[in-house]
Amino acid sequence: MSHADLTLEGYSAAIMPPAFSIPAKKMAMWLFIIADSATFAACLVAYGYLRVADAHWPRPFHSITNVAIMTVILVTSSLTMLFGIDAAKAGDKAKAVRWTMITAAGGILFALLHIREWLGLIDEGMRLFQNPWGSALFGASFFSITGLHLLHVTGGVIALIVVGIRYKGGRYNSDDLEITGLYWHFVDLVWMFVVPLVYLLNLSH
Amino acid sequence: MHDVPVHHHAPPTSFLRKHVFSLDHKVIGKQYYGLALIAVFVGMILSWLMRIHLGWTNLAIPGLQLLSKSGAPGGIITPEYYLQLMTMHATIMVFFVLTTAPFAAFGNYFLPIQVGAEDMPFPHFNMMSFWVTFIGFVVLMSSFFVGDGPTLGGWTQYAPLSAVGAVSGPGQGTGVVLWATAIAIFCIGQLLGSLNFITTTLDMRTRGMSMWRLPFSAWAWFITSIMGLTAFAVLMPACILLILDHVAGTSFFVPGNLVINGQIQPHSGGSTLLWQHLFWFFGHPEVYIAIVPGMGIVSHVLTPNLRRPLLSHRVMVYSMGALAVLSYMVYGHHMFVSGMNPVSSLVFSFPTLVITIPSTIVVLIWMGSLYGAKLRINSPSLFALGFISMFITGGISGFFLAQPSIDIMLHATYFVVGHFHLVMGVAAMFGIFAGTYFWFPKMFGRMMNETLGKIHFWLSFVGAYCIFMPFHYLGIAGNVRRYPAFTDDYLQPLIPLHRFITVAAVLTGIAQFIFLYNLVHSRFWGKPAPENPWEATSLEWSTPSSPPPFDNFGGKLPTVYHDPHQYGVEGASADYVMQTSPEQIKSGHDEA
Repeated sequence: MSHADLTLEGYSAAIMPPAFSIPAKKMAMWLFIIADSATFAACLVAYGYLRVADAHWPRPFHSITNVAIMTVILVTSSLTMLFGIDAAKAGDKAKAVRWTMITAAGGILFALLHIREWLGLIDEGMRLFQNPWGSALFGASFFSITGLHLLHVTGGVIALIVVGIRYKGGRYNSDDLEITGLYWHFVDLVWMFVVPLVYLLNLSH
Repeated sequence: MHDVPVHHHAPPTSFLRKHVFSLDHKVIGKQYYGLALIAVFVGMILSWLMRIHLGWTNLAIPGLQLLSKSGAPGGIITPEYYLQLMTMHATIMVFFVLTTAPFAAFGNYFLPIQVGAEDMPFPHFNMMSFWVTFIGFVVLMSSFFVGDGPTLGGWTQYAPLSAVGAVSGPGQGTGVVLWATAIAIFCIGQLLGSLNFITTTLDMRTRGMSMWRLPFSAWAWFITSIMGLTAFAVLMPACILLILDHVAGTSFFVPGNLVINGQIQPHSGGSTLLWQHLFWFFGHPEVYIAIVPGMGIVSHVLTPNLRRPLLSHRVMVYSMGALAVLSYMVYGHHMFVSGMNPVSSLVFSFPTLVITIPSTIVVLIWMGSLYGAKLRINSPSLFALGFISMFITGGISGFFLAQPSIDIMLHATYFVVGHFHLVMGVAAMFGIFAGTYFWFPKMFGRMMNETLGKIHFWLSFVGAYCIFMPFHYLGIAGNVRRYPAFTDDYLQPLIPLHRFITVAAVLTGIAQFIFLYNLVHSRFWGKPAPENPWEATSLEWSTPSSPPPFDNFGGKLPTVYHDPHQYGVEGASADYVMQTSPEQIKSGHDEA
């Protein structure tokens, strides 16, 4: 159309590009991540507040082996997600689906290890409302924060599998895969805050 | 025509998709408005019950025992039931009226049209946003009919009494759980809405619509949705932790060795202040979520009636932005007497005084623009003036409350109640009324009755001052808020003033039925609206019909050439130039 470059004494009527050249779906994911960060921040601040206020905060963790393995798995799954998105951008559909499913498998492995750890702690007598070591709020905050994160991991695994299958079927494109990837990296990033605050600070020494 | 044809979906045909689970932002906006309308009358009737009880404490209200046998035996409200009514009044008004009407209702209807879009980018999210909010309202209302009624903890639900269960009073068990569930659900709805509003503003603008060409109302909804995104995301986990304290035996908000009603509580280790921090981190932005859309609507309504632009478009927008940023830094001023470190009080007092600067700038822009203007007097412009008046009056008492040393005396008195009712309650209501009278012709294709509108304005304006100005005197006289009766104590001499307020409240409330009648009557039998009744320039007045067709612009998207303030333009063919008009103008105020 000719009036795309029509100007009226400096009043440009040119086509407005989106403010940040970012498609609406991707922007919505970023906005969700901002909101979700606020949610996690609220939980972590609440935990810090309670922990500082309590003189008998327990430090029940003896070893970091399990959490280290979980962390390595989650970080690696972020990497495999990147491989998947790279392959999708390059047009290699089969490879992209493969890496996406490997990422989902990493998420499942993480969740299983996490549940195993939970069961171990429950076995030692730790509950939402009590534990054998000290402040009852340790269990409450631990299970709430890691539970919220585990919920995000579970949702992420389901999203990865659904988007992966639909991408394979042609219903979704590489952008959708990338947006799912954004979410997955965010879940990974949150874990990077959870590990030092919830695990490392509560190591017995 | 300079409009660009666009691909659009066929309009829905089934009844469900058309009127119930509609994906059309206009229908969703009207649904939100309907919800707010129901909520505001429920909230108003609750306030009547409270006011009657405060004025004539032993008066039986016939039929009230049907609502709650234990709460109002023989129709006389018990102290506990008074607090339950008060809590529900506040929760309904803050969440389901002041947030849904100016932000979700008008924003949904007009934001996509004002940016020149067919719809929002995520219509399914939009539909879910309304229905989730609706479920939240149903859950909240259900607490009237469950167990011993709704919670009595106030809309702030201060711990520990909100977290220990039924031992702290009627409604403190199931009532609190239902309350927290309703609010958590409401948060999800508003998050979905905010997501849509922001992406609409940034991504869906039509050709030529730069950010600075957006009208004030669109800017206000955009800024509000950014606040909504992070504020509701903090309230939601806070409510979930509160629910856990009730149902899972945790004690996030309950300290150890707490004795309530002679019983030692089986909780320990929690912090009561933690709830206040989490709540007010949401709660203060929420105040601005309620008022900033009103500021945008009032500016948008005033400009066409002034027939000239406001003093500055940009400073207005920057000020609203500054309010949004600062609103996160001032929440501690709600906690001056909570036992927080006095240094924290000082730290929170400073930004609280700073936030009066953008508020004052906004007011000065309105006043300066009104100075010497030939204002067109009609229902929308009258309510816009009413908004400004209420905002100034309520704002001035804010200066006093912002200072910890004065707040220690005034805290939890009727002075505070008067302050926030004027500055965010009544002011926001006047913004809603201004928006309703202004946009009704576009939403329904008919004009509202002007005479009834003006009667409604004067009764509401005088009525609101009769109700809320005496609150300040009551507060200075030491009348504590949330007391259900003053029959036996030092506050007894104040009862005549309470009776005056009660009469004013009942009469002002009755005046609102004039509005309801006007709304319903005009919807069906009003005068057909002309294409552009206010001779306004923004895009909603460029749609091919009123109400706009399913895709807003009839298969085309408009092209925008000017900012929305081209009033009183010299040398133009009319005294105003539409945003879509390619007319060349010599001297405008176009900043884009």
